[in-house]
Amino acid sequence: MSKKELKLAELEPESKEVSVLKEIMSGDPVRIALSVLLGFFIGAIFMVVFNPDVVKSWSNFGADPNYALSTVWWTIQDGYGALFSGSIYNLNADNFINGIRPLTETLRFAGPLIMAGLAVSLTFRVGLFNIGATGQMMVGLAGATFVSTRLHMPQVIHMLVAVLAAILCSMVWGIIVGILKARTGAHEVIVTIMLNYVATDLFTYFLREPGLLLEANGGGTPKSDHPDGTAMMGALLGPSFKLNYGLIFAAIAVFVYWWLMERSTFGFRFRMVGHNASAARAAGIKVENTFVWALAISAAFAGLAAATQGLSMDGGLTTSIEAGIGFDAITVALLGGSRAGGVVMAGLLFGAFKAGSSSMQVAGVSPEVLGVVKALIVLFIAAPPIIRALYRLPKPEPKVFAAIQQAKAAKVIK
Amino acid sequence: MSKIEVTPGMFSKAETKPSLKAPITMLASALMVLVFFGFLGKAGNITYVWSDKREVVQLPVYTVNSMFFCIVLGALLLAIGGISLVINLQKKRTPFWLIAIFGFIAMMALLGWLATGAIQGVQMIFILSNTLVLAIPLILGGMAGLMSERVGVVNIAIEGQLLTGAFVSAVVSTMTGNLYLGLVAAMIASGLVSMVLASLAIKYLVDQIIIGVLLNVLVIGVTNFLHSAWLDNDSAHLNFPGTFDKIAIPFLSDLPILGQVLFNNRITVYLMFLIVPVLWYILFRTKLGLRARAVGEHPLAADTVGINVGRTRFWWVTIGGMVAGLGGAALTIGNVGSFGREMSGGQGFIALAVVILGRWQPIYVTLSALLFGFTIILRVWANQVSPGIPVDFITMVPYLVTLVAVAGFAGKVRPPAASGQPYEKG
Repeated sequence: MSKKELKLAELEPESKEVSVLKEIMSGDPVRIALSVLLGFFIGAIFMVVFNPDVVKSWSNFGADPNYALSTVWWTIQDGYGALFSGSIYNLNADNFINGIRPLTETLRFAGPLIMAGLAVSLTFRVGLFNIGATGQMMVGLAGATFVSTRLHMPQVIHMLVAVLAAILCSMVWGIIVGILKARTGAHEVIVTIMLNYVATDLFTYFLREPGLLLEANGGGTPKSDHPDGTAMMGALLGPSFKLNYGLIFAAIAVFVYWWLMERSTFGFRFRMVGHNASAARAAGIKVENTFVWALAISAAFAGLAAATQGLSMDGGLTTSIEAGIGFDAITVALLGGSRAGGVVMAGLLFGAFKAGSSSMQVAGVSPEVLGVVKALIVLFIAAPPIIRALYRLPKPEPKVFAAIQQAKAAKVIK
Repeated sequence: MSKIEVTPGMFSKAETKPSLKAPITMLASALMVLVFFGFLGKAGNITYVWSDKREVVQLPVYTVNSMFFCIVLGALLLAIGGISLVINLQKKRTPFWLIAIFGFIAMMALLGWLATGAIQGVQMIFILSNTLVLAIPLILGGMAGLMSERVGVVNIAIEGQLLTGAFVSAVVSTMTGNLYLGLVAAMIASGLVSMVLASLAIKYLVDQIIIGVLLNVLVIGVTNFLHSAWLDNDSAHLNFPGTFDKIAIPFLSDLPILGQVLFNNRITVYLMFLIVPVLWYILFRTKLGLRARAVGEHPLAADTVGINVGRTRFWWVTIGGMVAGLGGAALTIGNVGSFGREMSGGQGFIALAVVILGRWQPIYVTLSALLFGFTIILRVWANQVSPGIPVDFITMVPYLVTLVAVAGFAGKVRPPAASGQPYEKG
């Protein structure tokens, strides 16, 4: 096995690390499908083993084996059935509107995840491991909160200005990372972790100050007023669905990302730096500037996610509006292979998990199991050796692999 | 192995290059103390309370005029900044102990300014002992990060290892009724998490940062699930371990100030006292440590002289994970007494920062972790003595300090050269 790997390494001129990232991005569909399957399977084991009914029935397995086995089956069916009816279609609903509502909820949750996932993906493509989407979203939320609660403007314009404010604020935060990376060589992982905390504290401070963002008559809790109605992202499919205009923004973001990365010279430069920074430098690309640009544009996507999240919730804004999306975005980007289409699929999957968790709760299954499933799926995808070993898949033939690489490279050049 | 002195510059010439950033930062903060806490400070008195009521030796309570005292401290800080400037102009680096003294004086000024006029005064024992207890997970997590980075593996999974340790120690302690078993179980469990990281990163050459982040996500997911699906059903029998008893060391615990802060603690704290110097000794005074550092600096060279790079990395990362497990146990059975959802709350990430701030050296890493522990308790305490001050800015300080450090405070902070790079035998 290791011999084959060695051969692969010989054919691949770049460092192994880059090629692993590439392998993740190449997104072999069979492997992804198997990873998803295995993730759900292990999730099912978790559900079963920690279900009190199952444990009870198995303690008298000898007396009633059928019952014991059926409790296992029912537990899994209850859990994943609730996930399905909570995220795709509710089969028990009395009419179509109620039946399809879960799907719209999935879309609603998927929007911000997709946009934040694109933010992280973009930096992955440039070879940066940016985990700063959380901080960028926090700063973006601060901008959106300010415009939506303190300024007053006509319908639609107000919303657009708030979105723009969020994007600009996030971009500032992204540019800080870029400049630190480009000028001082500080590792972006540490810088982004630190800036995440700073951003969260900063937003909390703004929310605490009466003169800044604190709600009218607010007390000790850092919370803003409810955003003006004019700034809210209205319902997209009428009042019976919660789905809002954020989805349109997500769709635009996906298209912009696709165009930027696959069709524009800008994106070509990004990818070139990501593939091999020293080659890019030799080709005359200013690598440092590219880092700054990449982080700025990446942060713009995070800002869009923040605006969608902030301008679609009932009640005043707090730091919890971010809802862990910035961190989930990393897994979305990894699962989606940093490509527009992949990120959409990954965002939809995780959005479905978010939408389905409440109905799982109702069905008596801990929705936290989805956290396990999610982590496992991405872990299997990011660590190809595991899934290959488990399913005894053949390793990709070195020659074929190299040929595919060459074909891809040729396409890029043309 | 007689003398292997770790000196700035032993890794690379770039490190010895003096930079004026340190003295400038020090002088600027000294001026801020002088102006804002001193001249523009609060009128009134500061009371420094040095002893607990229970203590054998009672130190006198020290009361002083706030503005006057802060001006004195500010002048002192200015002097230290000046010394640092002189040192740097002579093309030398500001020594770490000078920065530490500077930090301590600045801390006294900040505490005094905050507690001006407050009845309870500055309760030094309370602040210092809590600083220590809160810093334990950070210190031990930092040791885990340091151990794996020294051999060239970036360990982003400290967060997950802390959480694993916290969870396993709470559950095993409750189920067996023996806290020491819980401690051992926590170490083994976190060691296993670390082993996954080590084998994937070293044998299968999967990207270390990606695998670290995903292990965190996995551990958070699993502990969240087990917490809600298992522990919550029967927390009395699963998640009610209690904490270790405090052990007062005879005689030493009667020392003024230090006795209560250092020598009247739980076993987790004493283990930290043991681990940090031992790790320092192993790293810088033994063959084992020299080999480990060689693997982290130049794996090819280490391989050439016959050191097994993969095995060295594997065991250092794994044992580092066990140390982090101890840190996790310190969260539950060493402090709070039960496991809470995501209770590590990002401390594993702070530990990463602490490693950088402490320049990959156990003693400095410990001091940096104490800085973070101090800000955690400061936030709580500042709210009590001086309500209305923006505590969010206080919590921000260590993060900003870390940012300044990675961006090149006091010369360039340089990680082990091969940190994060997979090594494949050619």
